[in-house]
Amino acid sequence: MAEAGRRRGPTGKPRYSILALARNALSYHENWQAAWRSPEPKPSYDAIVVGGGGHGLATAYYLASVHGIRNVAVLEKGWIGGGNTGRNTTIIRSNYLWDESAAIYEHALKLWEGLSQELNFNLMFSQRGVITLAHSEHELKEMRRRVEAIRLNGIDTEVLSTADVKKLVPIINTDQGIRHPVMGGFIQRRGGTARHDAVAWGYARAADDLGVDIIQNCEVTGFLKDGNGAIEGVETSRGIIRSKKIGCVAAGHSAVLADLAGFKLPIQARPLQALVSEPIKPVIDTVVMSNAVHMYISQSDKGELVLGAGTDSYNSYAQRGSLNIVEHQLAAACELYPIVSRLRVLRTWGGIVDTCPDASPIVSTTPVDGLYFNCGWGTGGFKATPGSGHVFADLMAHNRPNPIAAPFTLQRFKGGYLIDEHGAAGVAH
Amino acid sequence: MASQSNRLAAGGRVDRRRPLVFRFDGRRLQGYAGDTLASALLANDVHLVGRSFKYHRPRGILGLGSEEPNALIQLGRGNRTEPNLRATQIELFDGLDAHSQNRWPCLRFDVGAVNSAFHRLFPAGFYYKTFMWPASLWSTYEEVIRHAAGLGRAPEGPDPDRYERMHAHCDVLIAGGGPAGLAAALAAGRSGARVILADEQAEFGGSLLGDDDVTIGGTPAVDWVAEVVAELESMPEVTLLRRSTVNGYYDHNYLTIAERVTDHLGVGLPTVPRQRLWKVRAARVVLATGAIERPLVFRDNDRPGVMLSTAVRGYAIRYGVLAGRHPLIVTGNDDGYRTAFALADRQARVAAIVDLRADPTGSVVAEARHRGIEVLAGHSVTATHGGRRIEAAEIAPMTADGSGLAGSTRTLECDVIAMAGGFNPTVHLFSQSRGKLRWDSERSAFLPGTSHEAEVSVGGCAGTDSVAQAIKDGIRAGLEQVRALGHTARQPAAPAVEEHGQGETRTLWLLPSTQPVGRKGKHFVDFQNDVTAADLMLATREGYRSIEHVKRYTTTGMGTDQGKTSNVNALAIVGQSLGVDVPAVGTTTFRAPYTPTTIGAYGGRDVGHLFAPTRTTAMDPWHRANGAKFEHVGDWMRAWYYPKAGETFRQAVDREVTVARNGVALLDASTLGKIDIRGTDAAEFLNRVYTNAWAKLGVGRCRYGFMLKEDGMVMDDGVTTRLADDHFHMTTTTGGAGRVMNWLEEYLQTEWPEMDVRLTSVTEQWAVASICGPKCRELLGRLCPDIDLGNDAFPFMAMRDGTVAGIPARVFRISFTGELSFEINVPTRYGLALWEALMTAGADLGITPYGTEAMHVLRAEKGFIIVGQDTDGSVTPLDLGMDWIVSKTKPDFIGKRGLARPDLHKPDRKQLVGLLTEDPIFVLPEGGHVVEAVKPKPPMAMLGHVTSSYFSPSAGRSIAMALVKGGHARKGQTLYVPLEGRTIPVTVADTVFFDPEGSRRDG
Amino acid sequence: MMLIPCPWCGPRDDSEFAYGNQAHIARPNDPLATSDQQWAEYLYFRDNPKGPFAERWMHAAGCRRWFHVVRDTYSHVILQVYKVGEWPDPALGVGPASKES
Repeated sequence: MAEAGRRRGPTGKPRYSILALARNALSYHENWQAAWRSPEPKPSYDAIVVGGGGHGLATAYYLASVHGIRNVAVLEKGWIGGGNTGRNTTIIRSNYLWDESAAIYEHALKLWEGLSQELNFNLMFSQRGVITLAHSEHELKEMRRRVEAIRLNGIDTEVLSTADVKKLVPIINTDQGIRHPVMGGFIQRRGGTARHDAVAWGYARAADDLGVDIIQNCEVTGFLKDGNGAIEGVETSRGIIRSKKIGCVAAGHSAVLADLAGFKLPIQARPLQALVSEPIKPVIDTVVMSNAVHMYISQSDKGELVLGAGTDSYNSYAQRGSLNIVEHQLAAACELYPIVSRLRVLRTWGGIVDTCPDASPIVSTTPVDGLYFNCGWGTGGFKATPGSGHVFADLMAHNRPNPIAAPFTLQRFKGGYLIDEHGAAGVAH
Repeated sequence: MASQSNRLAAGGRVDRRRPLVFRFDGRRLQGYAGDTLASALLANDVHLVGRSFKYHRPRGILGLGSEEPNALIQLGRGNRTEPNLRATQIELFDGLDAHSQNRWPCLRFDVGAVNSAFHRLFPAGFYYKTFMWPASLWSTYEEVIRHAAGLGRAPEGPDPDRYERMHAHCDVLIAGGGPAGLAAALAAGRSGARVILADEQAEFGGSLLGDDDVTIGGTPAVDWVAEVVAELESMPEVTLLRRSTVNGYYDHNYLTIAERVTDHLGVGLPTVPRQRLWKVRAARVVLATGAIERPLVFRDNDRPGVMLSTAVRGYAIRYGVLAGRHPLIVTGNDDGYRTAFALADRQARVAAIVDLRADPTGSVVAEARHRGIEVLAGHSVTATHGGRRIEAAEIAPMTADGSGLAGSTRTLECDVIAMAGGFNPTVHLFSQSRGKLRWDSERSAFLPGTSHEAEVSVGGCAGTDSVAQAIKDGIRAGLEQVRALGHTARQPAAPAVEEHGQGETRTLWLLPSTQPVGRKGKHFVDFQNDVTAADLMLATREGYRSIEHVKRYTTTGMGTDQGKTSNVNALAIVGQSLGVDVPAVGTTTFRAPYTPTTIGAYGGRDVGHLFAPTRTTAMDPWHRANGAKFEHVGDWMRAWYYPKAGETFRQAVDREVTVARNGVALLDASTLGKIDIRGTDAAEFLNRVYTNAWAKLGVGRCRYGFMLKEDGMVMDDGVTTRLADDHFHMTTTTGGAGRVMNWLEEYLQTEWPEMDVRLTSVTEQWAVASICGPKCRELLGRLCPDIDLGNDAFPFMAMRDGTVAGIPARVFRISFTGELSFEINVPTRYGLALWEALMTAGADLGITPYGTEAMHVLRAEKGFIIVGQDTDGSVTPLDLGMDWIVSKTKPDFIGKRGLARPDLHKPDRKQLVGLLTEDPIFVLPEGGHVVEAVKPKPPMAMLGHVTSSYFSPSAGRSIAMALVKGGHARKGQTLYVPLEGRTIPVTVADTVFFDPEGSRRDG
Repeated sequence: MMLIPCPWCGPRDDSEFAYGNQAHIARPNDPLATSDQQWAEYLYFRDNPKGPFAERWMHAAGCRRWFHVVRDTYSHVILQVYKVGEWPDPALGVGPASKES
């Protein structure tokens, strides 16, 4: 994708490669440079991105690489990639029902393909396929609707019979007598997983290479506005930093930032829990999702089974949820994959996801001139990372709706044209 | 069979009268009851038990319990095999069959060890820097990486064992049954409180089981343990849980305990589950989880035989196993001397005590010298030698600050190295509870800081290193908890304790060597994941400075041990590397579970018929007996169709539809949601929740209604009947019943609490048989003597009370098929009797049961929608062409304002229309999409999708409904449904395909 | 798993309850008099604070009554529980202290 932008660098950092590894081995790896600098914040920037997760770092990278805006700061209150970027189940796919969703997620998927090379950082993007199961006549019909929409949107999709599913996922229980029998499914073969931390680090390293300042441990505590109410800068735990162009990409904390900026968002912060098992030799080669039993599963390259489920029902900023969600998720795992019950849960965790009423994101201007928000990705943000950063950078750079992002404006809640992935397709992970 | 060459002649808590035979990698070995697999292996002088994750280096047993990072075992075979178990926690049983992991072809000669030869190419995070070219090869690289990774193997088939869960409430939950936990339990228990004491080991006693130099109340500590346990066992309100790990600490003092009920037996028992997950709500919690010894980080500190000091001591005292006869002790405190003495007392020849402290004082030093053990103060271990077993260590004096060497090295032969690097309090559960950790620089450890829950930490996990103090604190904590709950505290006296002090401690995070770190040999921090001090330094050099970055980049602490022995060492080395204090690097937030817990314990109970509820109707036995096929609709099992012998699905459905139009057919409609609504404001309430007008509905009359959400979108539909002025019977869709009930209750309670309306869900109280077709009046007449069924007396959309087949019934004249139809509601317990009576009485009329599929066809022929199939949460009544049901005159109803929003009136909204295929036989697939112009290949702009599609026997052709952009204005247009391989032209039509005049509903 | 004190049934696990989000959002008396923006705010826009939050819960597996809870969304500490028609403790600073305000 030519428009996706290429590194104009390298402005200094040597490229990563097997040769570089060999060369550095000779000097006991004592000469590697920092992947990104840790600069002091400057008094002002041409643009500021608030939030150093994958989406924010991608935004900064594309501001610099596509739009030539390199005097950019990314402000992160903790450590980069420490929010949902590093807490999700790393599923990547673009097989969404609605045209608008399909467009933005497919834009992202196309960027994923080739991103390791573009960033010169192995994101371990693994197109191992994503299967979605159907467990009833009703789900088979819903599936057919989705598959047809996906296909006509030009996105790869394939219907699977129960036997096809069994072939791809030999450990799955295809007994038709169970409560939610596997009656078929569909696969997006281009979908898959990536190494989540690497996405943050890869974007950070590439953005830093182009001159972007990545400033960690810098919490935004307020917004500065001029006499006309336009944005002028931010107050932070490390002092005032000025800019007339500020994009907030803070996922679970978006509502808190909007509060500081003086407006509300139609967003609720909810816990989303996930877990991994101890590592075992490969037993499942694709990602398998199921709405009816509300569980998705894949196996990391390290061998851990990675399991996700739905959100808890209540608002929370605690990065923890209730046990019953985990119990149900693991019951679903035992029901669908009977060999897993003797394997062990190694680690559970929670993220804070920003959920919108229609389960679709907000990539939008705001009531404050010069202030932009990119949020509301809910449980599905990781897969969108490159696309989200790419269209948000475009919106910030030109202050006009990006064609792909245009439907995801804040205005839709007023007019009523929602992109209701909830109502139409159940959970939207 | 190998003899137990390392087993001492006497001593230990094993039962020498019960020898057990087990296998390790096929080799038959012997141990005793009371052994762990680890102690039994060491008894047989087996140190090499595994290979490391990345470099496949030989690894031995490091620890004594759940902290073990190295000795991971594949236990058992087939469907019951389990990977990654710690040998230190597997209780030995007869016939135990264990295998090492992560090696090929065998443990002693592992091909993967070539990685070790190329180790310099594989620093931390190397995979982020390579495998990128060519991009297409990544999937190949990945395949190799995946198969190389992964430790043990999953079971081969479904788990044959059972799991169970237990809910419990208690006054005080005590996690950990060492000296502090036992004392707390005794104090709380004697006060009459309901106490649960859980410990992960098979026996209570904790650290006391592995010591022989502590006396409590004048007797050996283990005797005190036995006395306390006996007393606790006699208390009816005290529950003692052995082999039970308190593994999760959730909000508001909700904790989970994973109890391993039968694992130690090696076989399941029919009467009990294999494992049980306790879910405990505790008023108060006492954490007495002890402390874990820290390994020391020195060059090549990973050779088999390099062990924790307390582990070496524990194997000797508790199991009567001498891990080595020629141990070298490396210590920064007095505790290492205790190990030296315990071993020396058991015929070991201690090579030396290497003391990190420049000038250790205290009685232990004198005693060591008195015993003739060489003490090398201010020394470092600079290298080790050996392959599959440690053979020797090089040592050298250090500079005063411990950062370098101050003299020449000397080699000491040894067959075990016992590392005493100080203790990390086990603060995991405290951290899980959201308590804040604080760094104690004097102890060089994280200690519990501010509590978040009603909880207190005592003993080793609170930083106490004295048994006396632990017991004292335990008693105090137990009393405080019961007092806080209003119990009368009865104080047990703290017994007198004799023990060794810990003395002064010197903490050195990285022992100096002859070469800079990373140049020669490897200084392991995380043994399981092969993370070295050089890796940590590389990470900080590359900008990964937060401990979370370091962990994720190097994978330190991410193994199955979750860094129990490595986290603090890693933090400190990162801190040193960055030149900051440990707290500035960050702390790890610990997450459940404390130790890995089987998926089955959490979810294994809720499988099969317990996975999700299945609802069946009163008539369900008849459907089953008569060969019905079923479909799941929400939680319900509904009869889908009733095939006769040799019939296809289509043939059966066509037959059922045809009978419904021409004779009499019978549907089980019991699953419809039903809500009984009473109160003087009931009619007004309906006015507000439905889009149409309800005030004037007469008693005994029915009306169809739409419910919208506040955004104007269709939520549910159904027929509601006025039974009396202040009494209505509402029906909802099958799937929407619960949602509607919640919705109505919410508005009633929160928006309109002043209304006099009461709601009762009666879905389960009424069984419903719906009869339909021109002959159904005749049938009903035979069974229903007390209702005049004539059109005038009992008009369409009316309801009558009466008896049907002798059963009191509510009969509704409503129709979802367009035919003359009666819905007969009887109390659920009579549902089957009613159904059978109808089948019997209608036999000569050819009565035919029909299922949901025929019902769908019949309604689609008439253009009746199904909410959830023809709508999806983004469809308004106007989109459905049902403006007539939306009152223009009511000032307000739920959804009225939402419906007035501008985007809901755009002409290009998706609207419900009929579609007729050119080929009348071809049935469009539901979910097919409609386009205006077909392109040779996707993408192409879509107008909408087919929501319902059937072959209609009544119309004699295929019929379909679709939501199509601007559809209402497209009637007569030709559009296309592009399918894989062919494109179907369709004509946009009305949604009523049969009897548009409605001439049939009166029979 | 939080322990929520139902004012009618006593303390129960949170899995017994349904969540109703922000409390004290009254349905406009005359919806047709609201602007599109106001209606959008009523439909979709809710406070989402990190800290004390007055919210609604319904004891779905118990008495099925709606009631109010002031809960800290960060610490999960429950600060107040009160019935429909009652108001949060003004000292908690979480919203209206009476219907008029």
